[in-house]
Amino acid sequence: MEFVGKILFMAVMAIFVQNFVLMRFLGLCPYIGVSKKLDSAIGMGMAVIFVMTMASTFTWLIHTYLLVPLHIEFLQTIAFILTIASLVQLVEMVIQKTAPALYKSLGVFLPLITTNCAVLGVAILNIQSEYNFIFAILNGLFAGIGFTLVLILMAGIRERLERAELPVSMKGMPISMIVAGSMALAFLGFSGLKF
Amino acid sequence: MTLLKEFTKGFIKENPVFVMALGLCPTLAVTSSVVNAIGMGLAATFVLVFSNIFISLIKNLIPSKIRIPAYIVVIASFVTIVDMVMHAYLPDIHKSLGLFIPLIVVNCIILGRAEAFASKNNVLRSILDGLGMGLGFTLALVVIGGIREVLGAGQFLGINILPDSYQPMLIAILAPGAFIVMGLLMGLMNLKKKK
Repeated sequence: MEFVGKILFMAVMAIFVQNFVLMRFLGLCPYIGVSKKLDSAIGMGMAVIFVMTMASTFTWLIHTYLLVPLHIEFLQTIAFILTIASLVQLVEMVIQKTAPALYKSLGVFLPLITTNCAVLGVAILNIQSEYNFIFAILNGLFAGIGFTLVLILMAGIRERLERAELPVSMKGMPISMIVAGSMALAFLGFSGLKF
Repeated sequence: MTLLKEFTKGFIKENPVFVMALGLCPTLAVTSSVVNAIGMGLAATFVLVFSNIFISLIKNLIPSKIRIPAYIVVIASFVTIVDMVMHAYLPDIHKSLGLFIPLIVVNCIILGRAEAFASKNNVLRSILDGLGMGLGFTLALVVIGGIREVLGAGQFLGINILPDSYQPMLIAILAPGAFIVMGLLMGLMNLKKKK
């Protein structure tokens, strides 16, 4: 039971209380860039969940069984970014081979994920928080879900914003920032949750 | 004259944050105080200048198909150096910037300048471009950090500058304040551009 409780706690923390986008400011570029249309937001979100889970798995393994035994932890940043880049490349090739339809709908977003700082962020956070293997994977999964959640919410809001009457200079990026600010304000409410 | 222009274009005209909207994650995350803003700005400037020099030197040796991974490795090496130097000499700032120092690797400003400028220009121009862009980034961080610190704590660089009767707006240093201040500043830049 305690294990399930821990996992639930972790899920709430990663998705709501410490939301990657709104509270930790990770992955803002795709958050602002790909949130114009609901369809592409969902596609991007799914790809990010997948890559973040995979990246958490592999970077944890590489850190524990390669960097630590060889005492080269200082190469962490280089090793992780290379892992993520090759992972994204691999995922792209596998999806292209096995599910061409999915590949077509994700197409453009897949290579972009390498430079999404949320992916590298979750990999480093897993190591810093000294999670074990299972929790590292779950943390990656939940952080990805949190990212997708706010991405989809934002896309819904922005589709409506298109038709709103705004001062010309506030259109586009500026108003998206203000909307993100209001969303962050709402998410701040979750930090009162106590377990 | 044109050399001077390479240097100064990053300050206002092509400011990486306000005009090109690059590097948003660190911009919002570390600007809760001016000290953090300066620390982050200078760390990024260092990486930017040295990766520009290095990439400009080896630009003819890298096959164009694998240039992006090659650039990322160069950038990651300099980020590792900055990370270790700051850890040793500026432990306080290193601690408060935390995750965002290794994340300089995925800062789009640096990869952007490598791809758009250093891979096409000679070393001297690349140095000036890197320095100018880096200082422009620092300037933007200090402006945002200044506004947030004054509103949120009544301080600038840790010194009280507002009368004691001022009630600090705590929200300005919390996450929502970052989005709202950024949105308003971007709106102002748009307004100025139109005039």
